[in-house]
Amino acid sequence: MEKTVNQKAWFLVLPVLVLVAFSAVIPLMTVVNYSVQDTFGNNEFYWAGLEWFSEMLDSERMWNALSRQLVFSAIILAIEVPLGIFVALNMPKKGFWASLCLVLMALPLLVPWNVVGTIWQIFGRVDIGLLGYTLDKIGIPYNYTQDFFAAWATVIIMDVWHWTSLVALLAYAGLQSIPDAYYQAAKIDQASRLAVFRFIELPKMQGVLMIAILLRFMDSFMIYTEPFVVTGGGPGNSTTFLSIDLVKMALGQFDLGPAAAFSIMYFLVILLISWVFYTVMTNLEKREGA
Amino acid sequence: MTLAATEISRPKSRVLPWVNGSAVVMTLYLVFLLLPIYWLLNMSLKTNTEILSTFSLWPQDLTFDNYRTILTDPSWYMGYVNSLIYVVINTVISISVALPAAYAFSRYHFMGDKHLFFWLLTNRMAPPAVFALPFFQLYSSVGLFDTHIAVALAHCLFNVPLAVWILEGFMRGVPKEIDETAYIDGYSFGRFFMKIFMPLIASGIGVAAFFCFMFSWVELLLSRTLTSVDAKSIAATMTRTVSASGMDWGVLAAAGVLTIVPGALVIYFVRNYIAKGFALGRV
Repeated sequence: MEKTVNQKAWFLVLPVLVLVAFSAVIPLMTVVNYSVQDTFGNNEFYWAGLEWFSEMLDSERMWNALSRQLVFSAIILAIEVPLGIFVALNMPKKGFWASLCLVLMALPLLVPWNVVGTIWQIFGRVDIGLLGYTLDKIGIPYNYTQDFFAAWATVIIMDVWHWTSLVALLAYAGLQSIPDAYYQAAKIDQASRLAVFRFIELPKMQGVLMIAILLRFMDSFMIYTEPFVVTGGGPGNSTTFLSIDLVKMALGQFDLGPAAAFSIMYFLVILLISWVFYTVMTNLEKREGA
Repeated sequence: MTLAATEISRPKSRVLPWVNGSAVVMTLYLVFLLLPIYWLLNMSLKTNTEILSTFSLWPQDLTFDNYRTILTDPSWYMGYVNSLIYVVINTVISISVALPAAYAFSRYHFMGDKHLFFWLLTNRMAPPAVFALPFFQLYSSVGLFDTHIAVALAHCLFNVPLAVWILEGFMRGVPKEIDETAYIDGYSFGRFFMKIFMPLIASGIGVAAFFCFMFSWVELLLSRTLTSVDAKSIAATMTRTVSASGMDWGVLAAAGVLTIVPGALVIYFVRNYIAKGFALGRV
């Protein structure tokens, strides 16, 4: 659509600007403040420069949390994106069954995050949970509070359960927008199923898939509640992701300086990666529009 | 409209027919989704002794005591009331400030519009964990700690950008000629917006409201940090009671089931727009 230049449009944006400034800029400035200051209590602060930043960059704890976080995000993206596309391809196209599938699939997305944790905590327990009990009876040792591998498997399967539907719904929306003529043309050309997917469906889904990957990346990178409820970051520190570590540091130990420096670097990493995604996405939109 | 037309003209033997293979895949996937929820429901209908002593796929000794506990104890049911209050406040604030902004982004170029749009989105990307402590201090210092409005405002951090994003996507689909015709007919901006434009994007507003509701309803970290007694959310009630009462599995499961109900209800109303909404109006 042709947009006209109109500087008065700023007035329409103003309420959002004021609100977001209040709820984002002020808190963020507090964080920046803490990150360059030191305190010995009594509300007396001293300039500390970049001390906290260099301390955090040297700390093994942060690098470990960051690498766990990257591994986690990579694994869940590698599972959820292909699985979501696969599910979307198999969804009924219209009618009662399509509506039913949509509603049931969206259900996990609306479960409060701590309840997601509770559900899997109950589901996975060896004594009372269906999953834990069954695995135990088959003879597979499974205990997500003790065993490193079981804890990771539980957290990953939980996230797949929780969020694959998001990718599937997005891919489904993309598939629905493909005009029928494309399929008919493919049929005349006797294109194989694989070719239809590769040259028609995948390119047409590109836009929504970028949104899906962007959302999944952002949200998995700041995951807190679900693993916190299920494993509490354990056993040991094996499922302590960035947010869990940060909350421990800021609200648990009240290490304001390091926590603030940590926060800023955490935010910058997310910002950087999201900016790359966003640029790719808007370029795609432009190319489609042209 | 075009969608419906192509649906009808779609030939029976499509490249991807809805065959049994697909039905099997969908059944397996839905079972995977519903099994844990079923288990929660199953637990919520058992007594604690039954949960811990016997293992059964359905309740042997059906009881509604767990639900009765929650619905009669104010410290439990007030959690739901508090959550609903701040979720509704948040949805109303988010939509009402996002509407004009989304209109501006979808219709006009202005200085710094692209940067502003990305900056708004960065707030959706901000980890709540980063904001937990500063929010706590900010709202304590202005005397809003432990009020519904504090949580509602805090959730605006990620809901306003999301609402702007979704609404902008929907508004882009409305032809600009409609605006121009209305202005020629002598409508003022306010009247045009309320009388003509808003009904046109009603589904978009519904979807945006749904998403605001959803993300505010499911969030735990900020709502727990910003409340203690008076505005304590159900999510916080659940985590705190778990540690205090020594794992009352039945009540915990029942509380979990009750948190899913509002979501399941609102989802029914927007079921035809869910897919488009998740694509942020961009399909």
